[in-house]
Amino acid sequence: MISDTMNLLRLSLYGILLCVGLIQLSCRSEQESPEPEPITKPTPYTWTKPRQFPEPVYDFQANPLTAEGVELGKFLFYDGILSRNGLIGCGTCHQQSSAFTHHGHDLSHGVDDRLGKRNAQAVQNMAWSAVFFWDGGVHNLDFVPFNAIENEVEMDEKVGNVLDKLRKSPDYPKRFRSAFSSEEITTERMMKALSQFMLTMVSATSRYDYYTMGDASALNAQERQGLALFKQHCSSCHSGELFTDHSFRNNGLRPLPGNDLGRFDVTQVEADRYKFKVPSLRNVGLSSPYMHDGRYYTLEEVLDHYTDSVYSSATLDPILKNDTGKSGLTLSPTDKQAIIAFLKSLTDEQFIRDRRLADPGIGNAF
Amino acid sequence: MKGLSYSIYSFFVAFTFSAFLLACNNSDDVPPTGTGEVTLEFDNVAGTKNLVLGSGTYQNAAGESFTVDILNYFVSNIKLLRADGTHYTVPQDSSYFLIREAERESQFVKLKNIPAGEYVGVEFVVGVDSLRSVSDISKRTGVLDPADASHEGNSMYWSWNSGYIFLKMEGTSPQAQTDAAGNRKFRYHIGGFGGYSAPTFNNIRTVRLQFGSDKAQVSPGSSPEIHLLADILKIFNGPTQISLATNPTVMVSPYSTTIANNYLNMFSYDHMHVHND
Repeated sequence: MISDTMNLLRLSLYGILLCVGLIQLSCRSEQESPEPEPITKPTPYTWTKPRQFPEPVYDFQANPLTAEGVELGKFLFYDGILSRNGLIGCGTCHQQSSAFTHHGHDLSHGVDDRLGKRNAQAVQNMAWSAVFFWDGGVHNLDFVPFNAIENEVEMDEKVGNVLDKLRKSPDYPKRFRSAFSSEEITTERMMKALSQFMLTMVSATSRYDYYTMGDASALNAQERQGLALFKQHCSSCHSGELFTDHSFRNNGLRPLPGNDLGRFDVTQVEADRYKFKVPSLRNVGLSSPYMHDGRYYTLEEVLDHYTDSVYSSATLDPILKNDTGKSGLTLSPTDKQAIIAFLKSLTDEQFIRDRRLADPGIGNAF
Repeated sequence: MKGLSYSIYSFFVAFTFSAFLLACNNSDDVPPTGTGEVTLEFDNVAGTKNLVLGSGTYQNAAGESFTVDILNYFVSNIKLLRADGTHYTVPQDSSYFLIREAERESQFVKLKNIPAGEYVGVEFVVGVDSLRSVSDISKRTGVLDPADASHEGNSMYWSWNSGYIFLKMEGTSPQAQTDAAGNRKFRYHIGGFGGYSAPTFNNIRTVRLQFGSDKAQVSPGSSPEIHLLADILKIFNGPTQISLATNPTVMVSPYSTTIANNYLNMFSYDHMHVHND
């Protein structure tokens, strides 16, 4: 009885081995199909996570960075070829000197000077973001450029037309070949190249960062005081080393006549009315004006909003409600000055001067 | 002993079968002797009339007359049903189609490498399933390429609210209020896969049609062409009657679900031809 069972087992094992052999034979034709030899191999680009930052959320394995891919992405980022009239690039409204925002513009102007309805957000530390834009309508970095390119008040172009223009250009087929080993210009390649460049836009070398990494002298007494106050009053939303919890909240801005409903436009959920993404505060000293509609030009105005003008509505964030009947935070003028001093220590001079991120000479910034 | 040997045998068969499946992870890779082609024709009509873009005038159940300028919809995740309750699932990557009334060729969905057999019905999704709606950009090729889908000024992709428009119908109606440009247009852009990080409306609808007493015989020498009708009058008239005067524009709003619930019932089986080689 036992030996019968053993025999059966042995027989099964032979069977399995035979099958594995057959499978290998049956699949051999697939393995033999020759891959075209790549013209050149792009150079791997070493992307390093700042040690004080959490793990990134972007899937780097699906889009391994290369020096040539990042370079192609930089040209695409700055080139007006992305827009209908050839003038507006990403870099037009996302300028390096103001941490890739549109300095001095409450709302940005795209093609034909058409005005958008929201303030241009900083393009920085994109690898840690799982949601993009003030309303979170896009949830993957590779799909971010579609929004700006196809928005009729931004670039007012179709991505399909951009691809045609890139294919006909004297320069881009070569750049795509260097980055992807063939000249083929596809949606996937264009978006992945743009992502590659944007992923290199990492801001993690502010004075605050040096302070957290052990250099106590990097912040002065007032800034340290501001940091303590910030942690007490602001960090429940502007949390962690990215200074955002990536949530959507109504921070008590009185709706303007345009009545921007924010996150509600995307989800159609009543509880999302007037909610907007909590922005990172890195480089906030450079990114004036503030809020989703750019209504405040100074950080003083922003803090005054939180103490004096929080507008109560059904979806106001509970953190800004209190029992006294008056909504908002309680901060003295000295507290505010300290917090602002601290916020300015988040300015990253290396980031805004990094020549690798700079316009290679093809962009329009106005 | 019999029981034991049987179970070992079953294990052996199951192992071998799964090993083959794992080894050749390609559903098209079935023996060439045992497959045929099936064509699904999506014939768009308005009641008893053929749909003619631009010039055809039709009347909905609310008594409103209208013309149609654009009719596009996605058909995906196709299954062919057998009489015994089993089905054949068309491999995922080969199962996304964009039906465009303006392009006759797009109305013939050609399914290749269908295992020989007898099929009594078909099931498909109107729209794009949620997994593909959030998939990596490398999976967005062909009709799912957001760039190509938008190329003819006729986008089937929302770039500001990542996701596909499942069904788009636009046209004119004297009953529709004038828009900002002074036109009496109606615009239905129905999409919504349920939300990525927060739940929202879900307009993914699955249609299941039986071929009645007809059978689609598939073999290397027999390629059935199954003629389906899509009656656009039913977009306006199903569980809820839709009025062009009241709702000339429906896009990203909960009301879109009302329209999806209607168009779920716009498809029907009409007849089939068999092409014998």
